Amino acid sequence: MYGWTGTILRVDLSSGKVSREALDPRVAREYIGARGLGGYIVRSEVDPKTDALSPANKLVFAAGPLTGTFAPSAGRYNVVTKSPLNECLAASNSGGVFGPELKYAGYDALIVEGKAKKPVYLWIKDDAVEIRDAGEIWGHTVPDTTDMVRAATDDEAKVACIGPAGEHMALVANIMNDMHRAAGRTGVGAVMGSKNLKAVAVVGSGAVEVADPDAFLAEVLKGRQMIFDDPVGGTGLPAYGTEVLVNILNTVGGLPTRNWQDGYFPTADKTGGEALAAKQLVRKKGCFSCIMSCGRVTKVDAPGFEGMGEGPEYETAWAYGADCGIDNLDAITKANYLCNEYGMDTIASGSSIACAMELFQRGIITTKDTDGVDLSWGNAEAIVEMTRKMGEGDGFGVKLAQGSYRLADGYGHAEYSMTTKKQEMPAYDGRAIQGIGLNYATSNRGGCHVRGYTISQEVLGSGGSMDPHVTEGKAGLDIVFQNLTAALDATGSCLFATFGLTGDQLVKTLATLTGYDYTLEEFLQVGDRIWTQERLWNIDAGFTAADDTLPKRLLEEPLKSGASKGHVSRLGEMLPEYYALRGYDEKGVPTKAKLKELSL
Amino acid sequence: MAKVLMIHPDKCTGCRNCELACSFEHERRFRPAASRVQAFTWEREGISVPMMCQQCDDAACVTVCPTGAMHNSTTTQAMIDWDADKCIRCRMCVIACPFGNARYDAATSSIFKCDNCDGSPQCAAFCPTKALEYVDDTDQIKARKKAYAAKFKDAFQEVS
Repeated sequence: MYGWTGTILRVDLSSGKVSREALDPRVAREYIGARGLGGYIVRSEVDPKTDALSPANKLVFAAGPLTGTFAPSAGRYNVVTKSPLNECLAASNSGGVFGPELKYAGYDALIVEGKAKKPVYLWIKDDAVEIRDAGEIWGHTVPDTTDMVRAATDDEAKVACIGPAGEHMALVANIMNDMHRAAGRTGVGAVMGSKNLKAVAVVGSGAVEVADPDAFLAEVLKGRQMIFDDPVGGTGLPAYGTEVLVNILNTVGGLPTRNWQDGYFPTADKTGGEALAAKQLVRKKGCFSCIMSCGRVTKVDAPGFEGMGEGPEYETAWAYGADCGIDNLDAITKANYLCNEYGMDTIASGSSIACAMELFQRGIITTKDTDGVDLSWGNAEAIVEMTRKMGEGDGFGVKLAQGSYRLADGYGHAEYSMTTKKQEMPAYDGRAIQGIGLNYATSNRGGCHVRGYTISQEVLGSGGSMDPHVTEGKAGLDIVFQNLTAALDATGSCLFATFGLTGDQLVKTLATLTGYDYTLEEFLQVGDRIWTQERLWNIDAGFTAADDTLPKRLLEEPLKSGASKGHVSRLGEMLPEYYALRGYDEKGVPTKAKLKELSL
Repeated sequence: MAKVLMIHPDKCTGCRNCELACSFEHERRFRPAASRVQAFTWEREGISVPMMCQQCDDAACVTVCPTGAMHNSTTTQAMIDWDADKCIRCRMCVIACPFGNARYDAATSSIFKCDNCDGSPQCAAFCPTKALEYVDDTDQIKARKKAYAAKFKDAFQEVS
């Protein structure tokens, strides 16, 4: 095959058996790879009612056909599994260099099943696959684990691993690769921990083949130029990283503040990309094949917050910033470093602390619950200390590390958890920006911005422009973004490439690489298929239309200040149209005609 | 005028587009293990450094080559050429290069070292940050030197 390696690697940790199977060309064409292929595998092999932390769950690392080529900013892979956080079909997307190395070793996907009797790591060098003892490595942070695995395998091995949070099966746990890149959200790190799998190390010497090299080169060059010429992809992201968004979102009144009690944070500029560039930036960092390099290598010298690493990105600077009432960038960045070291999701971690701060504000919890830590808004030391407690599984940190839903529900106040389907919503307020609210409500993995990033048009004016406050046309907008993103994720491309790269250009790149004559129409249908596949899984796992909603606060409490003051989410105006346009019945279930259209 | 490949590690983001471009230019597929340029990354420090043949004037690989396969270019380019027909694959050049910039590829039975893509190095063409540049030898450090001179200028301005 071209683009795909054509081989899937399967490792059963219970029996120690390693096997290989051919990738079915029909599945490749219809699901492409990464999120699509991984979803297909998990839905085919795992019962949606399975306990996500049991050996019956499977953990799939899947790259896309573009992964490992020089298609611009397309070196990504997905971790797909059943989520222990919310039962959804979880697909976590990560960059770095791990995904391409898996391809060079000869595999489109790695399926890990069963459970090892004791801690192990996987060592993959092309055809040679070993399950090795990880007794000495267990308990160590992500950077130390990476170094220890390399010392025992190959100095240049690409390593994906969990930190202590994944070992404790914390539901905020990530799988980290290349030290600083995260397959985040949905608690995929806990699944890896439940299997006693500490790390996967890969070295590959093989190739990704190209169907039509001359045509592929021509399409890649066109795509690169589109991104270079785009104000966001070519200028904003390279200059300031994703952190460029802090001031933009604050200006539109859509920067959730103090656990979403407001949408405007007066001192947010102290936490934005401009401040980061002035105070902490060491240099820019790029994932494999990236031409934007939004990653930030940073260093903090401030006493109490010293450290060096990567981040923060926009979501982190918000979750630990405005959402906790914090404008101390040094503390935010330090908390980010700790999340990376312990292997935790920064959105979930920061938001769970924000939720605890609101419980503290309302007297629902006191310092007796928080191990004596004052959780007042804006307490910079507290966010760092709570993050450490979460990572180490210490005291109140244990509750925080299960996410804000279980935290708030445990105190009888689930309404203060700013989640959909138990997953924390990210840094765009659905009251200020109507389309993103609909996206949170309908997202197949719970609160998430990268399932349908309507912000591009509702705020940034990239690829079109729509008023964020209106609901008209938002159902259709959401569906296009959700389907296009699902298909794009499946290729191995980065979502940020769409800041410049058109869908049509991406399809031409994919077609010349694989030799399959994809059209934009077929590509969008693949996206629809991937989306609907996830929807079907979720229905089988027990979700209903009642779960396609937002926290009561967004539906009933108007924003108090800023440019979107007085607005609430008008989800009810959009959701019926969304179901109808998707080909779902009024209960949100895909119709038979829809399933037939998608060959599902 | 002779041109040289200049490396600016301070601008390198570790994206490895250089490796992909090199591998694609030489093989029409993507096999970074066979790339003539390699960008190494130290994640803890966040530093990446691309490495490729330095095209030495007095090159160890040329000195040790028993057949003349590795030789100073006869064109105007300041570089070391490798002649596949003369090469007996003894790999003395691989052993001799102090930088590790020549390697033997068993898959293709070839010595891999940077050949400047015959005057149009694709690593530099694909580098998104100009961490790799193919420039006239007279210009190679002009920009870097001037950037440093500017720091002296600022210092002088402060004290004068």
